[in-house]
Amino acid sequence: MTDWPKVRLHVVTGKGGTGKSTVAAALALALATRGKNVLLCEVEGRQGIARMFDVDPLPFEERRLTTGLPGPDGRPGVVHALHIDPESALLEYLALYYKLGRAGRALERFGVIEFATTIAPGVRDVLLTGKVFEAVERNSRNKGAIQYDAVVLDAPPTGRIVQFLNVSNELAGLAKVGPVKSQADTMMTLFRSPRTAVHLVTVLEEMPVQETVDGIAELRSVDLPVGGVVVNLVRPQDLTAEQLDATDPETVSADLKAAGVEADDALVESLISEGHEHAERRALETSQRAIVAGLDVPTYELPRLPQGVDLGALYELAATLREQGLA
Amino acid sequence: MNQPPRVGPAGPTAPTLDVDALLDDPGIGIIVCCGSGGVGKTTTSAALALRAAERGRKVVVLTIDPARRLAQAMGIDALDNTPRPVVDVDAAAGGHLDAMMLDMKRTFDEVVESQASPEKAKQILENPFYIALSSSFAGTQEYMAMEKLGQIHADSVAAGGDGRYDLIVVDTPPSRSALDFLDAPERLSSFLDGRFIRLMLAPTRGPARLIGAGFGLITNALTKILGAQVLRDLQTFVAAIDTVFGGFRQRAMKTYALLQADGTAFVVVAAPEPDALREAAYFVERLSADQMPLAGLVVNRAGAAPAGSLSADEAMTAAARLRRDEPTSTTAGLLRLHADQVRLVEREQRLRSRFAAAHPQVATAVVPALASDVHDLTGLRRVGELLAEQ
Ligand SMILES: Nc1ncnc2c1ncn2[C@@H]1O[C@H](COP(=O)(O)OP(=O)(O)OP(=O)(O)O)[C@@H](O)[C@H]1O
Ligand SMILES: Nc1ncnc2c1ncn2[C@@H]1O[C@H](COP(=O)(O)OP(=O)(O)OP(=O)(O)O)[C@@H](O)[C@H]1O
Ligand SMILES: [Mg+2]
Ligand SMILES: [Mg+2]
Repeated sequence: MTDWPKVRLHVVTGKGGTGKSTVAAALALALATRGKNVLLCEVEGRQGIARMFDVDPLPFEERRLTTGLPGPDGRPGVVHALHIDPESALLEYLALYYKLGRAGRALERFGVIEFATTIAPGVRDVLLTGKVFEAVERNSRNKGAIQYDAVVLDAPPTGRIVQFLNVSNELAGLAKVGPVKSQADTMMTLFRSPRTAVHLVTVLEEMPVQETVDGIAELRSVDLPVGGVVVNLVRPQDLTAEQLDATDPETVSADLKAAGVEADDALVESLISEGHEHAERRALETSQRAIVAGLDVPTYELPRLPQGVDLGALYELAATLREQGLA
Repeated sequence: MNQPPRVGPAGPTAPTLDVDALLDDPGIGIIVCCGSGGVGKTTTSAALALRAAERGRKVVVLTIDPARRLAQAMGIDALDNTPRPVVDVDAAAGGHLDAMMLDMKRTFDEVVESQASPEKAKQILENPFYIALSSSFAGTQEYMAMEKLGQIHADSVAAGGDGRYDLIVVDTPPSRSALDFLDAPERLSSFLDGRFIRLMLAPTRGPARLIGAGFGLITNALTKILGAQVLRDLQTFVAAIDTVFGGFRQRAMKTYALLQADGTAFVVVAAPEPDALREAAYFVERLSADQMPLAGLVVNRAGAAPAGSLSADEAMTAAARLRRDEPTSTTAGLLRLHADQVRLVEREQRLRSRFAAAHPQVATAVVPALASDVHDLTGLRRVGELLAEQ
């Protein structure tokens, strides 16, 4: 049973490199079950989705990506993907909402589109979030478009997420009135509602955990809904701290012999020292985990896969997320 | 079960990066640490700077967003845009170490203040478009890091400077791509030279008649979408800042030339991950295309190769055997850890050989992942030693 039954928009943020894109992709697979349609969006121009799923670079156009993780009844859903870039989003927006005619083309010709999407304060973010909003709240303007059961956004990192989602505030310095302002306000209504959840990915290290703590406080201070914390890259837990402390060479050596491994002293010593290093890292993880647990938000844990993440691994991670209730 | 070791170097290996030779070379006045996000640029630059200082160089390290505890340990937790001496550096060899943390917005403001009259500067600093440009334009941080590097170099290292330093170690901002650092000045210039900015300037100094009709269309459209105030802010911004930007471009070009000079060495930092190594490869290619001097690659946080020749599969088989009799066997747990570690190291080595095959000339140093993060001088010294003992 999912912890987030009402959520239509899952925003996945976290410190750089902690696994946002991986988690967003796994979450999309996990949500796409029993014939559901899920849209996985990226907004940072990195083509990370294409790389993870080993497909050609994505255009600004919704594409069928793959089937999701089958449900208990064996039926999967479909994951679609969309790569949102601000220039295309602005042109689409102008076409949908303003009949600018010649002026529209002039905007492009005179470099206004380029200017607006690189500098005008907040405009870039509003365009990106605006397209995400449009995908969640499909209306009649976008004829024939797919209705999605859920949208997953591979979002900018924690340091920028509040600025990114808090669009009306960002525009405040710029457009105080006018249609853009009121559209931004409508978007905020969705982003602040229980139909949105901002999940934070972290690893159990000092800086990312601190960033998660700060990020949650910042999200709450502007009434953006905090979702879960996904703890990624967790080391194996099958040895307890006591066991790791109490390893003695003789037992290890005897055990190895019993298991048919030729055990010289070097091997025994190496196993034990690997165990000690692991224990040291685990102790660090444990102290960071305590901080995460004190945050009072649902947490989910994904293992560190020693062989890295390929397509099969994404489904594995998706299954873990579903078991734990993120999807 | 006696099989050849499987965790030794496999495939092509790279030449070794001699870190101490680099740090001791009096001809090297600038070391720039580049790499994609989170790989260890800040740690590596601080470790290199500390080691150079303790080997007798007069060093300043320019860091960007260091972790809180590391900043405290180096005495740079206050953002004041000025290098401060790092205490507890061993000065026996005659060197010293200063450190500073870059304040991007302040550096930008200072450039504006130095280029414009006080009145004009004030007007610029308060404009919403300037605020956006100086705080969130992609590339501003990189550009400002270069700006600060240029300043310190001119003040202290270059001929005619005060000679306080003979080596500047530069950290680069967290960005997805190491290339962003090199692209930043160009990006800022081309933005400032953009059609729209020129268009906005045109009515005050160019043949306005020629574009009058198109311009009217645009201002009407913008007013319709954004409101009239925005357009006024924009015009003020563009007009006010025009004078300042000429200076910007010139300075950026000067610093860029400095990076191409012989006294500069780039150190590319990467994690043993496909993305980070791919970024490192792009960066290496770009340096060579731009004739920028590459010292080498640091592969940071590598898995330590376990001793012995027990393969991952053998370890897993043995672990399973032990667990049959004793499900919570400690030795089985250790074997499983060993198997994970062997797989990790094998994967990393494959990735490194692939890099070495494509870039056989790039000298490399491998730094193992320490069990805990690096947050004090002792940790930095340790990383420095690991960098040097290859
Ligand atoms: N559970 C895991 N086990 C092993 N490797 C992982 C795991 N999660 C992520 N990775 C790997 O870690 C690296 C970073 O992951 P990812 O690209 O998802 O991070 P990100 O937060 O999106 O990064 P960025 O900030 O650069 O966008 C990738 O190489 C990915 O394959
Ligand atoms: N060899 C190492 N062993 C263990 N931890 C390390 C090692 N190198 C770096 N770290 C830790 O990894 C984290 C990230 O390192 P660092 O801040 O230097 O990366 P960065 O490339 O500067 O990141 P950013 O792109 O965010 O600026 C820090 O917590 C640091 O202490
Ligand atoms: Mg990503
Ligand atoms: Mg850094």
